[in-house]
Amino acid sequence: MHVPDGFLDAPTSVATAAVAAGGVALALRGARRELDERTAPLAGLTAAFVFAVQMVNFPVGAGTSGHLMGGVLAAVLVGPWTAVLCMTVVLVVQALLFADGGLTALGTNVTLLGLVAIAVGWAVFRLLTAVLPTTRGSVLAAAGTAAFVSVPVAALAFVGLFAVGGVADVAVGTVAAAMGGVHVLIGLGEAAITVAVVGAVLAVRPDLVHGARALRRAALLAERPTSVPAGAR
Amino acid sequence: MSGSAQVPAPPAGSEPVSPVSGSAHVPAPHGSKPAGPARRGRGPWVAGLAVALLVAGVVSWYASASPDGLEWAAEQAGFLDTAEDSAVAASPLADYGVSGVGSERLSGGLAGVVGVLVTLLLAGGLALLLRRRGRDAAPAED
Repeated sequence: MHVPDGFLDAPTSVATAAVAAGGVALALRGARRELDERTAPLAGLTAAFVFAVQMVNFPVGAGTSGHLMGGVLAAVLVGPWTAVLCMTVVLVVQALLFADGGLTALGTNVTLLGLVAIAVGWAVFRLLTAVLPTTRGSVLAAAGTAAFVSVPVAALAFVGLFAVGGVADVAVGTVAAAMGGVHVLIGLGEAAITVAVVGAVLAVRPDLVHGARALRRAALLAERPTSVPAGAR
Repeated sequence: MSGSAQVPAPPAGSEPVSPVSGSAHVPAPHGSKPAGPARRGRGPWVAGLAVALLVAGVVSWYASASPDGLEWAAEQAGFLDTAEDSAVAASPLADYGVSGVGSERLSGGLAGVVGVLVTLLLAGGLALLLRRRGRDAAPAED
């Protein structure tokens, strides 16, 4: 879902560029808390991986395709602020080198695929991991659900922008219906890829997965000698 | 995707404070591996990069050529024609191909590999610049 130049008018594009710039500025601060010697390389690899997988459009029926957005995947792997930076780098590379996504629409794309998808997806992930038992299966279920939700939400956020600043004179309801339905299907693909990749990384290097920190704390406590009375901490 | 929480156990008594602590979360069996940053092996990193390169360089050839969700919806709703060419539409890598490379398959694969490497360098470089050092950092990681 890369918005090309021309769909949205100039004021809307300027506004989303300002929102994107603000979000990236916040992410540059927030990411400092998430990144250390061990996780920094994973951030680079995550961005590269998202770029690669975004090239592989999968069919979703009716002559339509979709591809991974990757925001939730990145957020679970490296943390939400770092994920915003990863997505921004991917979108900048795509827009500047590959003419994928418009240049004037870059702020729109960072806002939708970076900020909106990650903010909503991370909120869903945190909520689910808070209520589910602290297990690897819960992390995967939460990641998959968050990834699924993030896609139609980003699509509907585009519809909102279109309602405000769409260049074409088209009923917003028509756009919403077309965008919503197909992006629910694409969200299923997003969930499948996210669960597969997070599962693979958890199997190999669980210590690096930002979204699984609670698992490590639980494991560390479980390893304590049984003589420690319950509730001693 | 089993539900079992098989997180490698840390050495007993290690403090559950900072995820940054350099103390190994992996038990000792890899004792033959060299000490230092490569202690736990470069395997997963090399594998991760190899998968990314393979996906962008080879698997991408098999991607669906159908319009993506946004393009499709724009066509359905009747505003696809308002899309304009990007200002960099003449870029030598535009539309995931390397201009001048005859084989479409090779052209797309090379573009994917270039994109993965550029993204890795930019995002990895940025992450290394921002990373936490000093107080919390693992000891003796140069």
